[in-house]
Amino acid sequence: MSRETLAYHWGKHHRTYVENLNKQVVGTDLEGLSLEDIIIVTYNKGDILPAFNNAAQAWNHDFFWESMKPGGGGKPSGDLLDLIERDFGSFERFIEEFKAAAATQFGSGWAWLAYKANRLDVENAVNPWPSEKDKELVIVKSPNAVNPLVWDYFPLLTIDVWEHAYYLDFQNRRPDYISVFMEKLVSWETVNTRLEKAKARAAEREMEEERRRKEEEEGKPTNEEEDDDDLEMYVDNDNDDSEAE
Amino acid sequence: MALRSSVTRRTLTLGLNSTRLLPLSRSLQTFSLPDLPYDYGALEPAISGEIMQLHHQKHHQTYITNYNKALEQLHEAIQKGDSSTVVKLQSAIKFNGGGHVNHSIFWKNLAPIREGGGEPPKASLGWAIDTHFGSLESLIQKMNTEGAALQGSGWVWLGVNKELKKLVIETTPNQDPLVTKGPHLVPLLGIDVWEHAYYLQYKNVRPDYLKNIWKVINWKYASEVYEKECA
Repeated sequence: MSRETLAYHWGKHHRTYVENLNKQVVGTDLEGLSLEDIIIVTYNKGDILPAFNNAAQAWNHDFFWESMKPGGGGKPSGDLLDLIERDFGSFERFIEEFKAAAATQFGSGWAWLAYKANRLDVENAVNPWPSEKDKELVIVKSPNAVNPLVWDYFPLLTIDVWEHAYYLDFQNRRPDYISVFMEKLVSWETVNTRLEKAKARAAEREMEEERRRKEEEEGKPTNEEEDDDDLEMYVDNDNDDSEAE
Repeated sequence: MALRSSVTRRTLTLGLNSTRLLPLSRSLQTFSLPDLPYDYGALEPAISGEIMQLHHQKHHQTYITNYNKALEQLHEAIQKGDSSTVVKLQSAIKFNGGGHVNHSIFWKNLAPIREGGGEPPKASLGWAIDTHFGSLESLIQKMNTEGAALQGSGWVWLGVNKELKKLVIETTPNQDPLVTKGPHLVPLLGIDVWEHAYYLQYKNVRPDYLKNIWKVINWKYASEVYEKECA
């Protein structure tokens, strides 16, 4: 990746996202929120709000720079390699799939390796058969500024496939850029660190949810004498027709 | 139409008990790269020769190659009645076919200055622009604002609604043709705002590209299309 590319990509594109985001955030409800929170709030479940593009792109680029290092490439090891082999069959298959995702993202966007600790986005849903297999590595691609934070995944690695990321060095030859990225730039140490953090946070969340569920269950016996169990459980859901009647 | 004739053929095949000697129900048209009506360097300094060559010989050619491939696969899938493949191919067709459609229009939207590039539109299109936008400058400003604000990759268009005979400014994402914004919309002018259209020359400063491209816009072509739709 040439010096010229970095000068424009980091010095102009990334800088502009940050500067414009600051302008958009000042004096609004978003001021004071963390960048990740701003991204989730302005993603607005797909109905995106104006600050989303700048916020997400600011985050994406930080994440991208940190995904690389001079003299990078090679192969990961330890837990990360084990998980890759478990979820993709082999390191080579993973590389193939990652490159394919990056090459087939139409238009502008990103390709990601992410850790998916499956959690339903419904408040009182409980996984009836939780297992380690619910947590897996996935490859995903996203358009424009979208990133896996909005899907509640833990991003581990990304490659920017907006044309500005490779046009000066590779022109239209995106596949060549992707290959060079994988062979010479990826910082597997960083990916590893991110994986450890992701696993820890996923475990924390599971414990949180367990704790909350136990609290709810322990609360139940004293309420059994009152009206309906159903009404107690679905307390948030005003629209629910009570079937108990 | 293809489906009906292939069903007829299949019946015939069964009757004649022949083995794949019957021709395909319709020979598939393959598309090829249209020649530019000017040299790669003829639009300088507004658009560099380097960009024009890459844009035409690499990007547009790739869309055509992949479009032809997708069409061939579609043809096979239709003949086999493989609906899930038919549906799966739609995005590749939209993307690559759209790329071919859009770029074919784009080359005609540009002309060297000595061949009329940049000369303002007259006659019916000129009047329509003044009526609808107040002035040519105002149209240009609006299109440039829309083009600069477009996130990611896409196009900004001046089109005409052929039912209502009204001019419109629209943007489309990626390679979506203008017709995806409205079935009665006909493109008069499209400006490619994918980064590949300007990056080597203008880098991240898309607004400069948009400002300069008007010097080589071929209003003659836009007028012809407008007159045809609104005669």
